[in-house]
Amino acid sequence: MSFVSARAASLFGALALAGLYSGPTIAENVKMGSLVIHAPWTRATPKGAPVAGGYLIIENTGDQPDRLVGGSFAASAGFAIHQMAMKEGVMSMAPVEGGLEIPAHGSVELGPGATHLMFIGLKQQLKQNDTVGGTLVFEKAGVVTVSYVVRAIGAKAPGHPAN
Amino acid sequence: MTVQATRFQLVILAILMGVIVGTGILIWQTMGSGGGQSLQTSFIGGDFSLVNQDGKPITQANFLGKPTAYFFGYTNCPDACPTTLTDMTDRLKALGPDGDKFNVVFITVDPERDTPQLLKTYLESFDPRITAATGTPAQIADVIKKFRVYAKKVGEGDGYTFDHSTAVYLMDAKGNLVTLIDYQAPREEAIAKMRRALDS
Repeated sequence: MSFVSARAASLFGALALAGLYSGPTIAENVKMGSLVIHAPWTRATPKGAPVAGGYLIIENTGDQPDRLVGGSFAASAGFAIHQMAMKEGVMSMAPVEGGLEIPAHGSVELGPGATHLMFIGLKQQLKQNDTVGGTLVFEKAGVVTVSYVVRAIGAKAPGHPAN
Repeated sequence: MTVQATRFQLVILAILMGVIVGTGILIWQTMGSGGGQSLQTSFIGGDFSLVNQDGKPITQANFLGKPTAYFFGYTNCPDACPTTLTDMTDRLKALGPDGDKFNVVFITVDPERDTPQLLKTYLESFDPRITAATGTPAQIADVIKKFRVYAKKVGEGDGYTFDHSTAVYLMDAKGNLVTLIDYQAPREEAIAKMRRALDS
């Protein structure tokens, strides 16, 4: 997890201007109260894969912290928030207990290899360039409807080129 | 004088022989048994008994004669496993015709959920030259131990996950470890290592 308040706001604008973002159109930012959800995306899944990861940036422009406590994904039975870390070549993953805090005047980035949303029990294969709806549930801001763009299998986060 | 000198020489000779024999025994003990054992235990890989995505039994022998890339994961893995399979698909393609000289084997650490049928479906999204393997929990535990793979189940119920090693093991045609490819290693580095396995 990284806190990137200034970077989050400028990242997508800069990428769009530079034309560096080669994937499908970025899903529109969604605002709800003091929260801004930036560009939710997921990855195309191998056929038969039971799970997928969800990635986005949650920006909090308000004076009070909020907390992501749950959500849903149209193409899966289950939804969870997982933390992931790579240490000495071992990838470890575990549920985030008690929700994910979004600090006041801060941002939380969910991305590959880090804290991410876990869509469990996929009902269908996710195909590149599709969009899939979902919701995010916050302690204060309530339910936010979002739309995930499906990028390629193994796609890296925008602004995080491989090595 | 002559007799005395001969006795003295015999004593010296006896001491020298004792030293030589003693040293020989010491060397034999250290090199012969001790050294051999440490060489054995430092070995990575070896034989295994698993089934492939078609449910057919496979052992190490199926993959000898060609260099082989082994890696470990599971289909309920949202990130590292599809990414490594995508990377291996890309690397095989980049090797051109030499890609046919390689075995690539994805071994599950989650035999309870990863059936041959599920693995077969899963593989359809990747290079057709890639093999997937599963087995009984005991067979998987055995291969994990032989490859010194770290795999630990996390959580209970349907939603459990695994903490697991992400490196790709590159073995030569005789099954000896050549080198490892780290997770998300730069493309050129990974391909260079695969060429090294082809040449060794």
